[in-house]
Amino acid sequence: MSVTIQAHRLGRSGWADALARRMEHGDILFRWLLVAVAGGVLLLVAAVGYELWINSALPRAQFGVWFLTTTTWDPVAREFGALPFILGTLITSLLALLLAIPVSLGIAIFLSELAPPWLSTLLGFLVELLAAVPSVVYGLWGLFVFVPIVVRPVAEALNQTLGFTALFAGPVFGPSRLAASLILAIMILPTISAVSRDVFRAVPSSQREAALALGATKWEMISQVLVPYGLSGILGAVILGLGRALGETMAVTMVIGNNLDLTPSLLHPGYTMASIIANEFAEATYDLYLQSLIEIGLVLFVGTLFLNLIARFLVWQVARRVPQEVRP
Amino acid sequence: MSRSTRWRSGSVRYAWRKLTNAGMLSLTGLAAFLAVVPLVWIVVYVASQGARFVSADFFTKLPTPVGVPGGGIANALGGTAILVGIACTISIPIGVLTAFYVADKPDTPLGLAVRFGTDVLSGVPSIVVGIFAYTVVVLPMKRFSALSGGLALAIIMLPTVIRATEEMLKLVPNDLREASLALGAPEWKTSLAVMLPAALNGVITGVMLGVARVAGETAPLLFTSFGNPFWSARLDQPIASLPHTLFVYAISPYKDWHAKAWATALVLMALVLSLNIIARAWTMIRQARLGG
Repeated sequence: MSVTIQAHRLGRSGWADALARRMEHGDILFRWLLVAVAGGVLLLVAAVGYELWINSALPRAQFGVWFLTTTTWDPVAREFGALPFILGTLITSLLALLLAIPVSLGIAIFLSELAPPWLSTLLGFLVELLAAVPSVVYGLWGLFVFVPIVVRPVAEALNQTLGFTALFAGPVFGPSRLAASLILAIMILPTISAVSRDVFRAVPSSQREAALALGATKWEMISQVLVPYGLSGILGAVILGLGRALGETMAVTMVIGNNLDLTPSLLHPGYTMASIIANEFAEATYDLYLQSLIEIGLVLFVGTLFLNLIARFLVWQVARRVPQEVRP
Repeated sequence: MSRSTRWRSGSVRYAWRKLTNAGMLSLTGLAAFLAVVPLVWIVVYVASQGARFVSADFFTKLPTPVGVPGGGIANALGGTAILVGIACTISIPIGVLTAFYVADKPDTPLGLAVRFGTDVLSGVPSIVVGIFAYTVVVLPMKRFSALSGGLALAIIMLPTVIRATEEMLKLVPNDLREASLALGAPEWKTSLAVMLPAALNGVITGVMLGVARVAGETAPLLFTSFGNPFWSARLDQPIASLPHTLFVYAISPYKDWHAKAWATALVLMALVLSLNIIARAWTMIRQARLGG
């Protein structure tokens, strides 16, 4: 930089040049512009939280903490409690996670350890496309194809065999918590499998070779060396998937049945935080109603924020550890 | 224990280990196959159902009421183009400039914070971003508008643009930058006239992926751009969009609207998937060329 300035000093002088010099020919301006814009992106995250907070003051003043623990949602009586939605979101997301984890890890292992490069590239590509399908298309397909063809028979079979437990109590509905969980499981597959594939790929090959040299089979190498080595990264991938599942809106709204059902049955229709917002936000007729929905959004925001912080931290840790370990 | 039994028990154990190995490895292959099933199923089903209704009229006509045959989604196509246009106008400059800062100073406190903030932003549920756009645009203006929808989409798109640009800027050889500075070009000119063109491919693919993502976003539009059965190009009025139209058709109780929902889904899927395929294929080809 100083070279350019001196070159100019040798040449002309004058007011314009003096200004240009002082600004290092605009560089100071450019640098501050970058800082301002980059800082602005950071502020944006804070602004989202701030706006949600100040626009949900009414229900906080009226219901306090009880907003999170009461089960009444009655716009006519002006009483709002978010517990059914919080539970609905947790139940569907955790069940989706339970279903998606084994399959995603299988995909990740197959892509990083077993498949030849061309197959790995192709399958990885297809899995990424699975993530690109719009949520509303998942919802449409779920509503008219997946629920009647797959979910209903599964639900009926579960009800007949395990119907005596509260979890699978009848009557059987098509749109249900189970349907939402299954769709969510499909939707978070790409997230979990892509991140854990990258985690597996980051494991130094010396670890693999050492296990194989000690006589381990490939599966023993994977289960006893690879997985423990990348465990925190896999955990991060799982939490990222959970974050996606919590906030997923359209597909869930279209297949969960949107019902304030308070039974624990997975075969009953339910409601989630995201789907109550999607359904009622545009029709919230008075401030307390609207702000109650915004407060649900705030809960969702804080929840996903924490999950993301934890997940990123875990994934970053694995990524950071690698270079130190491969050093001779 | 005699020698031979020990040997035999060892061999049983060995066989068992080999069996487990084969079994578990095939299960991982099955898992990979299982993941492709829903994709193929969705694509084939949407294509077969949608193709029945898609015609030239579908792209050029306005929607018709229930029971009236014909009609199209011209307003939704136009609306999505406008919404995506607004999103790009806001997010591309901000995203590219942010990426310049982050790529240049990844380890400063602000650089780290912004990288982390970008990651966090990409994890914020899109419906929450919609609420944010509602509180900052719809509440003061007191009406649903294309502008608020575009803002929500811009925020959703931003992390994708930042990350793609940052990755590409890191790949630009330092020689280029130094050569430009040595010729006396100021830093801003080096950034915008040398670095940016060198990284342009990556920026474009990043933008394409971002557009593909937001073009299919429905949740944040439900209460920002809302929806509009008529043609509208005004930024301060509600506007139709492909995903919102699809949603309205899908949850309606009418058979002929369901047919239109599938056709709209076909158009949307074609748009989103082709953007994805082009962007990713482009990236792959370029990487292969750089590698070879």
